[in-house]
Amino acid sequence: MYTEKVMEHFRNPRNVGEVENPDGVGEVGNPTCGDMMRITIKVKDDKIDDIKFKTLGCGAAIATSSMVTELAQGMSLEDAEKISRQDIADALDGLPPQKMHCSVLAADGLREAITDYRSKHPAEEG
Amino acid sequence: MEKSIYMDYAATTPMRREVLDAMMPYLTDEFGNPSSLYTLGRRTRGVIEEARERIAAFLGADPREIVFTSGGTEADNFAIKGTVYANEKKGNHIITTPIEHHAVLAPCHYLEKRGFDVTYLPVDEYGLVDAADVAKAITDKTVIVSVMHANNEIGTIEPIEEISKVTRDKKVLLHTDAVQTFGHIPTKVDVLGVDLLSMSAHKLYGPKGVGALYVRKGTKMVPVMHGGSQEQNRRGGTHNVAGIVGFAKAVELAEKEMDAEAKRLIELRDYLIGGIVERVEDVRVNGHPSKRLPNNASVCLNGAEGEAILLSLDMENISCSSGSACTSGTLDPSHVLLAIGVPAEVAHSSLRLTFGSTTTKAEMDYVLEVLPPIITRLRAMSPLDASWGKKC
Repeated sequence: MYTEKVMEHFRNPRNVGEVENPDGVGEVGNPTCGDMMRITIKVKDDKIDDIKFKTLGCGAAIATSSMVTELAQGMSLEDAEKISRQDIADALDGLPPQKMHCSVLAADGLREAITDYRSKHPAEEG
Repeated sequence: MEKSIYMDYAATTPMRREVLDAMMPYLTDEFGNPSSLYTLGRRTRGVIEEARERIAAFLGADPREIVFTSGGTEADNFAIKGTVYANEKKGNHIITTPIEHHAVLAPCHYLEKRGFDVTYLPVDEYGLVDAADVAKAITDKTVIVSVMHANNEIGTIEPIEEISKVTRDKKVLLHTDAVQTFGHIPTKVDVLGVDLLSMSAHKLYGPKGVGALYVRKGTKMVPVMHGGSQEQNRRGGTHNVAGIVGFAKAVELAEKEMDAEAKRLIELRDYLIGGIVERVEDVRVNGHPSKRLPNNASVCLNGAEGEAILLSLDMENISCSSGSACTSGTLDPSHVLLAIGVPAEVAHSSLRLTFGSTTTKAEMDYVLEVLPPIITRLRAMSPLDASWGKKC
């Protein structure tokens, strides 16, 4: 039911872990629903300089987390914020319909990390 | 290990060669409709009646008490709907458990919407039903009590013999879904004391698409499958001749091998469960330690998600199952684990390994070798640590 790309990211997830002294942290999900994700980012010149994730969840949750970090790496905050659930699913060559909520989680996690960064660095915003 | 390791025998079993050989003539030359009067039809009618006798004998029942169905789900539907619709004058009350298979729960939910009352009995931490609770739940409106013989997820074997003392005393029907036990542990209907018992062939090395319901003589039933006069007007539809023959062959083999095989599997089961508990930290064993199916190991590996464990094991050529939300097709984890009091966050980490004829100790050793690093890897990826919720 998973594409080869999903399985590849599940087998070899990119950017697992936490960046040191993160500029922004996004935490989404809860233990009861089964999927939890923490995204940590380092920001430089309004761009995502480093990004890592930690995820507890199914194959799709892990693959979408991995993919969102790959997509967002090096992006401007403005562009990274616009990464949609569909972008993540598309980059993985699609997800089964019942797994689309996993890509919502990944997109939300990234946005929350960016929001967290902005709340801590209001002066740096143009 | 190159070979693939199948550890999902509770889902289905590989059909045995002897079963296929027994079926082949009825998929080819012996194609007659058992309801036809000419010789070709009479011959297939004959083999169906032989199969019925074989299965009845195995249950300690009369052949007329066996109704062939398309499988376990149909048998469960027939047992419940067939009896409550036939006893509407008596009452509208059904008693069951929250840990039944969906083939029992879904008909109960359907009937609830149509004015029937359903009581879901409490179960303890192992999933055991207390016969005293059955006695308390029975009213003068109760038509049927349905309690599974053994649970498909956690393996717990229910005290059907004790429950049947209550149902006989109170004169209500007792149904048991024996899909996981039939052909694996004893299921003599008079020992269990049941009035209805569901069976499925593909759980005991028989073909898919065939099963049966045992219906004690004198039990009032209405058909659920309306059609021809097959099965004494209780189940319309041309007989699945090859399937029924294969089913009976599987029962014949089970009868010979069941006791020794159960003993062998219990040893392997306890070896596997003990090994997992020893090698992986923070493990919860689900189900009863001894009142348990010989071939079931169910554990929660807290801090790793069930589907991710399953996919990781699949990468090591091991096929098994999980009760996590991600494998149930819904957002909720297993209703069975929730009913026995496992918190949702723990239930998401469940893993079920069920084994059978091909399982060896070497395979268990392989599972015990590859599982711990998988759990370590997944736990290392989890954000659920002391800093969760605190941000930096």
